[in-house]
Parts: sequence; C-alpha cells; structure tokens
Amino acid sequence: MPKKLKSKTQKARRTRQETKPQSLTPNLQFMGTGLSSDDLKKGKVCTTYWIGDTKYAWDRGIAIGKYLEGMKHGKILGVECHKCGRKMVPPRIFCEWCFKPIDNWIELFDTGTVNTFSLCYVTWDMQRVKNPIIPAVIEIDGASKGMGIMHLLGEIDPKKVHIGMKVKAVWKSEKEREGAITDIKYWKPVK
Amino acid sequence: MGNRVAIVGAGMTKFVRRAQETGKELCYEAAKMALDSCDMNLDQIDAVALGTAPDTFDGVHMKGEYLSDGAGAFGKPYMRSYVGGGTGVFSVAQGWYHIASGLMDTCLVICEEKMSSYRPHPQGAFLTIFDHTTERPLKPNLLWIFALEMNRYMSTYGLRKEDIALVAVKNKNNALDHPCAQIAKAVTVKDILNSEVLAWPVQRLDVSPVSDGAVALILTNETIARRVTNKPVWIEGVGWSLETSYWTNRDLCYPRYVEEAARMAYKMAGVTCPRQQIHVAEPYDPFDYKELHHMEGLMLCGKGEAPQMTVDGITQRDGELPVCPSGGLLGVGNPIAAAGLMKVAELFWQLRGEAGKRQIARKPKRGVAQAWGDLMQVGTVVVVGI
Repeated sequence: MPKKLKSKTQKARRTRQETKPQSLTPNLQFMGTGLSSDDLKKGKVCTTYWIGDTKYAWDRGIAIGKYLEGMKHGKILGVECHKCGRKMVPPRIFCEWCFKPIDNWIELFDTGTVNTFSLCYVTWDMQRVKNPIIPAVIEIDGASKGMGIMHLLGEIDPKKVHIGMKVKAVWKSEKEREGAITDIKYWKPVK
Repeated sequence: MGNRVAIVGAGMTKFVRRAQETGKELCYEAAKMALDSCDMNLDQIDAVALGTAPDTFDGVHMKGEYLSDGAGAFGKPYMRSYVGGGTGVFSVAQGWYHIASGLMDTCLVICEEKMSSYRPHPQGAFLTIFDHTTERPLKPNLLWIFALEMNRYMSTYGLRKEDIALVAVKNKNNALDHPCAQIAKAVTVKDILNSEVLAWPVQRLDVSPVSDGAVALILTNETIARRVTNKPVWIEGVGWSLETSYWTNRDLCYPRYVEEAARMAYKMAGVTCPRQQIHVAEPYDPFDYKELHHMEGLMLCGKGEAPQMTVDGITQRDGELPVCPSGGLLGVGNPIAAAGLMKVAELFWQLRGEAGKRQIARKPKRGVAQAWGDLMQVGTVVVVGI
C-alpha cells in the first residue's frame, strides 16, 4: 500500500514571502495574441484547412521480420548476446551495448510479468471510452530481467490489475495469425 | 572549457492555446524582445540556433527553413536542432558551442512551437513516435507511456497521488505571477484528484496544456557580454545524453539519461554537490511526476526522495531549493521547444533579480534547467551562474 508522506518541517506549504523583493524588473512587454474557439467560430480570423493524405508501408526488417514469423507460429523469439549475456526482446540483429552482431536466437515463453500498466479512458483525439484499454509493459519469461514489450491486458477486471501480476498470451487461432504483433490478442492473468 | 559564454538578453511571447500569430511572427516577437532587452541589433548577431519540435504539428516540412526569417537568420549561419521535448534546453548547448569554440562571438538562440494547427488534437502528431511494426498496430496514444512510467514510479516507491499532485498545485500557483502564463490557477490537491481520469494514474490536471509560443536568448562571449551588460549570466555547464529507444527494456522509474546529462554539465560547472551548490532548479515538468523524476535525475535529492522534499515545502518559491518558480510547463504552458527555453530564460531573470513578482528572495547565484524528450529518452541540462 502506498504510504502517506508526512511533512518533516514546520515550514511545509508555506505561503508566499511577506516582504516583496525590490523590483528591479524592467518594464517587459510580452507579445502574443491568444484566440478562443469562439473567435474561430465567429470568424475573427481566417483559417485555411488542408487534409494531408500520406500513406506508408513498412517492410519488417531482418530481426523484427523473424520475430513476427515466430508470432505466426505462436512463439515469442528473442536474441542473445554472449558478451553482455543479455537475452533481449524485441529481437535485434546487433547488441546496442556491445555494438556487435547478436550470437543466438532463442525461443522465449509466452508468459510474463506486468512491469507497469495504465487504465486508459481516452483515445488519441481525447474521445472518452467507457471500458478502459489496459496497456502494459510485460517482462517476458525467458528473457533477461527487465526485458519487456508493450502490449494489452484483457479478460481481467481493471480494478484487479497490479504490477508484478503473472500473465499469459492469448493467441489468435493459427488460421487467423498473419505474422503481426496483433497475433497475440492480449495477455490474461495466469490463474 | 572553451571560451566563457554569457546570456545577456531574453525575450518571450505569451504562451497561449492558439495564437493568432504565425510561427514566423511568434519567432520575430521573441527575438526582437531579446535583442531590445540588451540594446543589440541583428547586425551584431553572428549566428542563429533554432530549436523547434515536430514538423507534423505545423504540417510544414523543414520548419526550420519556414521560420528562418522570423528567427533573424537571414544571411547568417543557421541551424535547427531537434531532440523532441529536450530541444529547448539543448538549443542553449548548441548556441554555447558556437561561442565556446571561438567560431562565433554572438548567437541568437530561439525556440518556437505552434501546436494548435494540428486538428483535431495535437496528440495525433505524436502517434508516429511508437514503433511502426511492434507497437502502432496496438493503437497506442501518447498518454500511455507517461501513465506507464508514472505508475512504475509510484509503485516502486509506494507513493500516493496526493503527494505527486502537490507539484501541479505548486507550479500552477507559481504561474499566477507569470505574465505569459496560459493556465495559471490557484488549484488544490483536491481539484487535481477530482479532475478527469485520462489514463490512470494520469488525470487532466496532472498534465501540461497544448500551447503556442516562442522564447529567445542572446548569447555572447565574455568581451561582448562585459560591454553590453553589467549583469551577465554565465553558462557554466551543458550536458545531454540519450537512453535506448527500446523503451520497454528500460528502468522506467529512474531517468538515468538525465543523470548522465547532469553529470556532464556539473563536471563542466565544477558542481560536486548539486543539493548545496544549486540554488534554483527548473526541471522539465510536462507531467507533475516528471518534476520529481527529474529532480532525482539531476541529483538534487536521492532516488525516491523528491516527493518528500515537495511535501516539506523545500521546493516552494520561498523554500530552500525553489523548483519551477516560473510555474513550469504545468502553469505557464508547454509549447514544446519554447517551454524548455522558457526555463533557461526564467533562470536568467531570477539570477539577475528581474523576475518581478516571481523573484526568489534568497538571491540565487546558480541554477539548473533541464528538459527531456524524444521517446522518453533524452536528457538535456544547462547550468547557469553569476
């Protein structure tokens, strides 16, 4: 349980100093004109609109390509560097610490521990959602301590989510899997 | 370390949710004010260092070029730097090495942000920071990473939201005395705890707003500084450092990159005991917990001790170590790059005794400003002194 912090000093949350310092301030003039949404509605300023239409397609690269190929087969793959001894996920073709090629591909477990989570009630454009989305950083079993990935939690009462909770991946059916991070639907608590 | 570099002038615009001025116009207003503040003109400026964050906000590719005329860059060596939210403080380092190296005698440092152009909400401009293959298919929004980090911080040290909310209370109240403030307000812990939950533990009033604004500083070498002012503020140290972009592999409860940046700046400044030698701090506070996080990274207290310092009132404007006396991003506003530079401008005014109603009575001699950004991974630090 979070502990209540008590003030050690008598001076806690003091009010502002009574004696004002001598004002040596030059008479500063700050520019900048704030507009309200009302100003826009009333047409106080002219606005030019533009809707960008940009499209991208990302090829998956060598390490992430293999990682997603593993997902297709219901496996979480990681990599290992023999110099620093780290077992890493998401996989990469080089160790960024030792700056050398990785030594080995390893299969990790599809279970893990919740490192941290949030209960999110808004979409990116600040629309409310009723049932919270539960993003989490999940440390993957079989990888080095602290090696997590970002994913979602499901099949759980939001009030019961906690850090340190053991979770297991819920995979799409083999037929539905396409080699994407979303081949794991979400992670559910291990009973 | 190189030639001595001083800050001799500062200027800024008001921070507002939506400015009628264009980015170029905001730049001009801030730059002109900074030049006027030290009776200099553009002819006396050798180079211009611009900082501004994503092009996506404005829908203008190569925003540096777009802003250049307003930034006073016509016919001068000019470069835009960009390290996300860390840009504002980094741009001072960029200006510093122009002069410390002896290459330039003077440099105008200017930061601008106009977030309001992006519709419907500028948060959309941040969606592309997530990894396109392993994260974006999960439809993340920017709040997630802060909420995840805040939750990790709270649970590691067993902190209550009430204690973290004190930071937002302090900064929003401090901002009441800032003439440029966007969301200054006399709020209480209760207001913050009752505000709308966005992504638990992050609530509406834990977060800084979306803003437009610009800030400018004039940097010179020692010879010119002595000529134009009798109150130069010296840049004693600069530092910056980057963490891994595999953010889910990191220790989310301690900003090691801030510590590394701070160590670099402190070493240069000869600061060996930050808690004793720093008199005022302006750490980056886009969220209330971030001020605490960054105080720890800046080694102004031990790990997990910043909440207690806040509860004890030490970080109040009249406390032993005032933190964000400006009102910070939570009170003055958060036009990304400009917000970081506003922190250095605040130290400039505080150290010169020109901060008006915000003036710290204890006459600070040395201050530290810090900003943070990219994918929660860059720390930028500047130490200034008189």
